[in-house]
Amino acid sequence: MRGEATEAPIFLETRKSRSYIGLSFKRLLRKKLAVISLAIVSTMYMAGVLAPLVTPYGYDDQDYSVANQGPSFSHPFGTDRLGRDMLTRIVFSLRTTVIITVTSLVAGSLFLGIVLGLISGYFGKLADTIIMRVGEVTSAFPDIFLVLIIVATVKPTVNGWVRTFEDATGIDWIIRLGIVDYTVIAFALTVFSWFGLARLVRGQVLQVRENEYSEAARAIGASTSRILWMHVLPNVISPVIISISAGLAAFAVAEVVLSWMGIGIQPPVPSLGIMIFEGSNLQVLRNDPHLTLFPVLTLTLLLFCFSLLGDGVNDAFNPRAR
Amino acid sequence: MAAYIIRRLIWTPVLLLIVSFITFALIQFAPGDPVLLKLDQHANPEAVERIRTNMGLNDPIVVQYARYISKAVRGDFGQSIRWQGRTVNELIFKRVPVSAQLSLAALLISVGLGIPIGLFAAVRQGSVWDTIAVSITLVGQSFPVFLTVPVVLWLFALKLGILPTHGWGGFFDTRIILPALVLGIPGVAIITRLTRASTLDVISQDYIRTARSKGLSERIILYRHILRNSIIPVVTTLGFALAGLASGSFIVEFWFGIPGVGLLALESLFNLDYPIIMALTILGTSLFVIANLVVDLAYPFLDPRIRLGGGYIAG
Repeated sequence: MRGEATEAPIFLETRKSRSYIGLSFKRLLRKKLAVISLAIVSTMYMAGVLAPLVTPYGYDDQDYSVANQGPSFSHPFGTDRLGRDMLTRIVFSLRTTVIITVTSLVAGSLFLGIVLGLISGYFGKLADTIIMRVGEVTSAFPDIFLVLIIVATVKPTVNGWVRTFEDATGIDWIIRLGIVDYTVIAFALTVFSWFGLARLVRGQVLQVRENEYSEAARAIGASTSRILWMHVLPNVISPVIISISAGLAAFAVAEVVLSWMGIGIQPPVPSLGIMIFEGSNLQVLRNDPHLTLFPVLTLTLLLFCFSLLGDGVNDAFNPRAR
Repeated sequence: MAAYIIRRLIWTPVLLLIVSFITFALIQFAPGDPVLLKLDQHANPEAVERIRTNMGLNDPIVVQYARYISKAVRGDFGQSIRWQGRTVNELIFKRVPVSAQLSLAALLISVGLGIPIGLFAAVRQGSVWDTIAVSITLVGQSFPVFLTVPVVLWLFALKLGILPTHGWGGFFDTRIILPALVLGIPGVAIITRLTRASTLDVISQDYIRTARSKGLSERIILYRHILRNSIIPVVTTLGFALAGLASGSFIVEFWFGIPGVGLLALESLFNLDYPIIMALTILGTSLFVIANLVVDLAYPFLDPRIRLGGGYIAG
């Protein structure tokens, strides 16, 4: 008996929330620009994930006989001053972008942001005060200063630890594959980014908590976690989905800026930021414009598609936008 | 409202203290012993230890922080590591006017182009001009400085050769044009978009219809009734716009060889010159927090409908 009584509402509610998201998703698929952007972004991300399979060369294969060549059949984006294939390096840079953006998004926005937002909004009082004040401190740093200072100070130290560990154990691939760089940058971006979504989720929770259906759920004895999961979360899914596109774009830019400054990803691990830095002078622009052009265009295309996609998603998922 | 202002005024210095402490603690965590940097690597360990104690480096971190911040509020940020014998102060304050002028020029471009374009697009909503303006904002907002700098340089310097591309000569020098333009473009997009949205909002208000039915000229309605009201949300974003200039200015100052704060920050990061990094973070954050405070407090004077208060509840 008890099993039946609790199972019926679950069925109804999941269907309801799925159909709203489903409807929104259908609306999104009707927008041509958004679908094209989604396709381009997905292609770039897939290329990044499958980088070793889809590229004809290794990202660090040097061939001085073809150094500094413009685009050709064997090297569609040309080669750099060490004769490395630019297309290969760009695809591997996208892998870096994928790792950084997805890790930061899942850990920072989706996990920390939602959980802390739920806690802050639902429990209020001390938890709310602490979470909001900590968040205000992290957002007091202008722009990406917080990310910059964390990466600049923490990464050399962590690198030191890992190097000691590598010497002691004979493992030699942790730093070489850029795992330390990835971890520290993703960590810094997480610290930097959780608050926006947490505040948003908190706002939604405050609204929902006072609604009659939450009160009704509480009245029939639903547990707190059940109310949060079944009644509050479906209400925050839309704003979360809307924020994903802009979030990924912001993470991608932050990684590029850090690597461009020389404190992010370290060579030989490829990053668009490093490639753009190598193309960041008038000499290169005059003599080998392809070295500047292709990494910059790749970044621009990615950001532009994220922007169009974000607008489309907002129109489709935001009930107030229509 | 008074309570709100007082609370903000008390919280702001506390926030700055916390932020500067975090920065200080992070930098203590970074490698590089300031004593070993001053002496050479093989200095007598006992001497090193003695100097450490004399410099107060063996004190608890809170004591060190208190010492640092009490000097910092009096304008003493210590010595640079890279440039021996130079104080952080003279290095930074020589460069502040440069970046300030560049930011001002960029902000003037953003506001000077963004508000008229946004207003124009909104007044002619649905026309070709509106579509063009909206497309431009979309493009301008998502195109990174990484793209606009090389494109602008390639066009004006390499192809047309009409504008200088390197160096600095102050606010009234032609060398400021290209960097300010590049730095201002994202702002133009943002401000156009905001102005357009808020103008559309204002246009549909009853008092605009009333003004029209009174027989006021379109010109007066536009300037006195529409612009004044639609500009309010734009003003509040200027604090953030200034912050947005920060990471752009690293890139722009590097490309154009402008001896500003951004270039100094970049050099300090390359050289791991932590005293400068710390001073720049603390100063930049203070500026940002205070700018936002000023904007928030100025808000009710611009728009009397707004009553401050309600704590920090947002969303």
